[in-house]
Amino acid sequence: MYEILEKHTLTPITKLFRIKAELIARAARPGQFIILRVHEAGERIPLTIADYDSETGTITIVVQEVGATTRRLGALEEGEYILDLVGPLGNPIDIPEGGHIVGVGGGFGAAALLCFMRSATLRGDRTTTIVGARNKDLLLLVDELRIASRNLEICTDDGSTGFKGFVTERLKQMIDGDPPGRPDYIVAIGPMPMMRAVAETTRESEIPTLVSMDPIMVDGTGMCGGCRVTVGDTVKFACVDGPCFDAHQVDFDEAIRRTKTYLREQETACKRLETEGVIHAS
Amino acid sequence: MPERTPLDRVRDFFEVNEGYRLDHAAFEAERCLRCQDPVCIEGCPVNIPIPDFIHAIAAHNMPEAARLLRTANPLPAICGRVCPQEVQCEMLCHMTNRFRPVAIGALERFVADWERDQPVEQISGESTDKPARPARKEKVAVIGAGPAGLVCAGELARLGYSVTVYEGLHAPGGVLRYGIPEFRLPKDILDWEIDMLKRSGVEIVCNVIIGKTLTLDQLFDEFGFSAVFIGSGAGLPQFLGIPGENLNGVLSANEFLTRINLMRAYAFPESDTPLHLGKRVAVIGAGNTAMDAVRSSLRMGAEEGHIVYRRSEKEMTARIEEHHHAIEEGVQFHWLTNPIEILGDDEGWVTGLKCVRMELGEPDESGRARPIPIPDSEFVLPMDNVVLAVGTTPNPLLVKSAAGLETTPKGCFVAEETSGRTTRRRVYAGGDAVTGAATVILAAGAGKRAAEAIHADLNEDAGRED
Ligand SMILES: Cc1cc2nc3c(=O)[nH]c(=O)nc-3n(C[C@H](O)[C@H](O)[C@H](O)COP(=O)(O)OP(=O)(O)OC[C@H]3O[C@@H](n4cnc5c(N)ncnc54)[C@H](O)[C@@H]3O)c2cc1C
Ligand SMILES: Cc1cc2nc3c(=O)[nH]c(=O)nc-3n(C[C@H](O)[C@H](O)[C@H](O)COP(=O)(O)OP(=O)(O)OC[C@H]3O[C@@H](n4cnc5c(N)ncnc54)[C@H](O)[C@@H]3O)c2cc1C
Ligand code: SF4
Ligand code: SF4
Ligand code: FES
Repeated sequence: MYEILEKHTLTPITKLFRIKAELIARAARPGQFIILRVHEAGERIPLTIADYDSETGTITIVVQEVGATTRRLGALEEGEYILDLVGPLGNPIDIPEGGHIVGVGGGFGAAALLCFMRSATLRGDRTTTIVGARNKDLLLLVDELRIASRNLEICTDDGSTGFKGFVTERLKQMIDGDPPGRPDYIVAIGPMPMMRAVAETTRESEIPTLVSMDPIMVDGTGMCGGCRVTVGDTVKFACVDGPCFDAHQVDFDEAIRRTKTYLREQETACKRLETEGVIHAS
Repeated sequence: MPERTPLDRVRDFFEVNEGYRLDHAAFEAERCLRCQDPVCIEGCPVNIPIPDFIHAIAAHNMPEAARLLRTANPLPAICGRVCPQEVQCEMLCHMTNRFRPVAIGALERFVADWERDQPVEQISGESTDKPARPARKEKVAVIGAGPAGLVCAGELARLGYSVTVYEGLHAPGGVLRYGIPEFRLPKDILDWEIDMLKRSGVEIVCNVIIGKTLTLDQLFDEFGFSAVFIGSGAGLPQFLGIPGENLNGVLSANEFLTRINLMRAYAFPESDTPLHLGKRVAVIGAGNTAMDAVRSSLRMGAEEGHIVYRRSEKEMTARIEEHHHAIEEGVQFHWLTNPIEILGDDEGWVTGLKCVRMELGEPDESGRARPIPIPDSEFVLPMDNVVLAVGTTPNPLLVKSAAGLETTPKGCFVAEETSGRTTRRRVYAGGDAVTGAATVILAAGAGKRAAEAIHADLNEDAGRED
């Protein structure tokens, strides 16, 4: 059982949790993820480690409520417990030092970028984070990201704050030379359609681009193969070979199609949750 | 052995075999000749004193039968159910020549099931509720809570060591938990065995992956373990590399069975993990895993379950009993049929399996006849799901993070067969992680031998003998 020490509601459907998990906090590196289970009959779901602190033995996760399990999780409060938590899983983000690193985050991706951008900034790299949301109320962790990276670029679809338009439009301007300047490396985390758009935006310029794939997973250790993603002409397991892959090689059509495997069952689960309420682990 | 009728059992996950009653069992036990040369013992990888325990049943001395069994096999209820007896103990039984062999496995199961009904204190020899205090100061870590790791841990605890088992998943048991279905091995039995281990003082820590959460070096340097046993299994599923394998509705048998067994997809939506099956399910392969998958698909509501295998029935590796039960339950078998492509619709869902017919040629490296495609014999089996049960290999997670551990080209740990000693000092390995996918009893035997070797080596380190 893993205790929730802090909970913050970032947007109506986005919650941040700081959780006691000493071993994971010590081993974690930016870009890795955990798998958790909320209750005895619960599903195992993957979530990125948004931040970790080996001194206090805590990790931070940010979850967007999209279905039954994420809603169950979102309903937990400080002082309650998460039943199972395993990690850190996957490989850390690996980008060489010395260039202009640009992180692009959409949805929970903004949070997922946090500790990576901070570590790149701390080692002396030039860093820019581009985050986007439909409007300014849906932006996440703006203050934290501002500290974690040298430049922060905010985009909203409705122009309620920052640049009016998609993150990819702002990225394109930078590739074309707008300040803070052309990226040398890009890492994008967020919904798959956004990551695909980033891949298309940077393809022609051949700027090395990583995307953090989030297929459906079960074990997270290479045991089920459910998380397979086609990268170039090889099939990779996102949980052990990834989650980050070369954006220009990923077969996004296939990856997006595969996340729809359980659409009907996901609806059933949500309906059931609505009629029966949330079950707590503690 | 009495079993439930196919029609009755094929829509639920309750156990197929019902087990003997005492009069049945004693009757079967009487058939054993108590041979001068009990060759059956040689057929058993852990050399259970077979005639002796069977004789005890015939004499209605159940406590003695249970005691004899446990001296040689720490997991009798499980092995009695899942051992491939027909190629082990029962194959060599002298009765096999003229009659049917003594039902050694079924009798083993009977004794173990009887034992489970007895008061726990009686079995474990506990005098108080407290677990016995370890007599040895050394601590030993075990990686993986499959049969190899559990048996190794149990033996070490018996020898007085404090033992911690680290398991990556949220529940212990390995393949016994996530692979072998309830209708062959009820999880109650596994839970009982694990409970007994815990009572003997073994600590099981789930949700820790060695190589990710902790490293092997940390176990020695920070946690102060004197020896480590690796029982990490062979859990990495293989795929065929044919077109269409990433269509929606194609799963590895590991994913399919894990969703059902570990995650209880059969109870969806009471449990949160779903499985999406159509009417027709093809399972590729013909081992135990394939039989478990195809029979599970029927229990999950599929109308048709098919086995597709490129070799013939003779080369099938599944236990005879499972094949037999699968036939009774209406599974359709396509022997000498090699899948070459999985076909899908516009939305990327499986619609069929394109196959080519095969014939048998000269024997290959494995000694089995090599299947060769028959020209122009392609055809399509209409299907909604394809499940691949074409083998597994050891998981490289651990090796990648630890220095000094040699592996074979197939990713198996290099370890001495008799002791489990690896190429790294005080690190031992056994079970599927060393042999590649094999059997429960071989894994259990390897765990036991490694425990003995660890005991001997730690004694040597401490400069003492016992
Ligand atoms: C490596 C990795 C890291 C992740 N990190 C985070 C994170 O930090 N924060 C966060 O909120 N989410 C993250 N996700 C996604 C998260 O795991 C899913 O949102 C979650 O599993 C959905 O579970 P559910 O039962 O609530 O919803 P479900 O009922 O399973 O799904 C609801 C809806 O979400 C879609 N969906 C399902 N699974 C995914 C998925 N894996 N990715 C995208 N959409 C999906 C479905 O198509 C459906 O429309 C990550 C996924 C992976 C693989
Ligand atoms: C579907 C199926 C049916 C089978 N049917 C039969 C049968 O009828 N009869 C028979 O005799 N055999 C059968 N087998 C084979 C048998 O189950 C295996 O040979 C046996 O379980 C191997 O035991 P093991 O302890 O070596 O490994 P496993 O049972 O695979 O256990 C390994 C454990 O280690 C854990 N682990 C792995 N890596 C790490 C790590 N780095 N850190 C922490 N934990 C880790 C895994 O999560 C797992 O729990 C079957 C196998 C399958 C898949
Ligand atoms: S453990 Fe297996 S091989 Fe040994 S006697 Fe029992 S059933 Fe036979
Ligand atoms: S070989 Fe058969 S008959 Fe002889 S002792 Fe063994 S089980 Fe009994
Ligand atoms: S999640 Fe099972 S192999 Fe990746």
